[in-house]
Amino acid sequence: MTSLLATVAIPDLLVFLLGALLCLVGAVSILTVKNPVHAALSLVMTLFGIAVLFIELQADFLAAVQIIVYAGAIVVLFLFVIMFLGVDREEDLAVEPIVGQRPLAAVLITALMASIVALGLVGHFEVGPATQTGMLHGGAGNVADLGRSVFTTYLFAFEATAGLLIIAVVGAVVLARRNNPDDHVAESQVEELA
Amino acid sequence: MSIPLSWFIILATLLFGIGAFGVLVRRNVLVMFMCVELMLNAANLALVAFARSLNDVGGETTVFFVLVVAAAEVVVGLGIVVAIFRRRHSAVADELSEMGG
Repeated sequence: MTSLLATVAIPDLLVFLLGALLCLVGAVSILTVKNPVHAALSLVMTLFGIAVLFIELQADFLAAVQIIVYAGAIVVLFLFVIMFLGVDREEDLAVEPIVGQRPLAAVLITALMASIVALGLVGHFEVGPATQTGMLHGGAGNVADLGRSVFTTYLFAFEATAGLLIIAVVGAVVLARRNNPDDHVAESQVEELA
Repeated sequence: MSIPLSWFIILATLLFGIGAFGVLVRRNVLVMFMCVELMLNAANLALVAFARSLNDVGGETTVFFVLVVAAAEVVVGLGIVVAIFRRRHSAVADELSEMGG
């Protein structure tokens, strides 16, 4: 461990530890807090920690997008829905719907994580030709690399995401729309089916 | 020298495990949804770490698309939660059991 610490620069180590601490504390508090609003705020903490780690990995653009899209848009959407529905009250965490659910989940998740770490230990990450989509330069050149890749190799996928976002917005409007009061027939049919 | 790849992978594994545990044990559908976001972010972290380690921009491009798909997924998912809440007046997953025997 000491030899490993000697090979890592102190500023890198500090940034990594800060990011890791933010991530893990936020993640554990999502599990343990009772109020959904507090869980959403813990999620912001985790997402911010991930952004710090992205900066440590020199993915500056993705760190900015992480803050803007996740912490800015997605968590605000979560908070909006929590307050819109009025479910921002405490939840009883002692209730266990299925007997032995939590120990079983803990065993399963521990096995999952152990198998991932074991795969990392026994596997050797040898890939074929070094890159299909282009080299990654550090620092400011990074955004240019990402942009070139998105607008050349992945241009079709990029255009398809535009369609996906439109479909998602239309779908959300259709799902969350309040039913028309005149629409009794459709409503009663749904009630019969339910 | 920068941080070794394995540290990031272990951290991503831990975050993914915490997220999966949350999906399994929490009862509020909104909190379960937040745990799914946690799992997505753990995968993103692993992708960026591998992109840096293998010096390949493909990993970062994938993370870019994952962000877009996650935004769409959250919009549709929360739409479904709102629609369920209108009908059932509950955001607890265990109470949505009318399909059960």
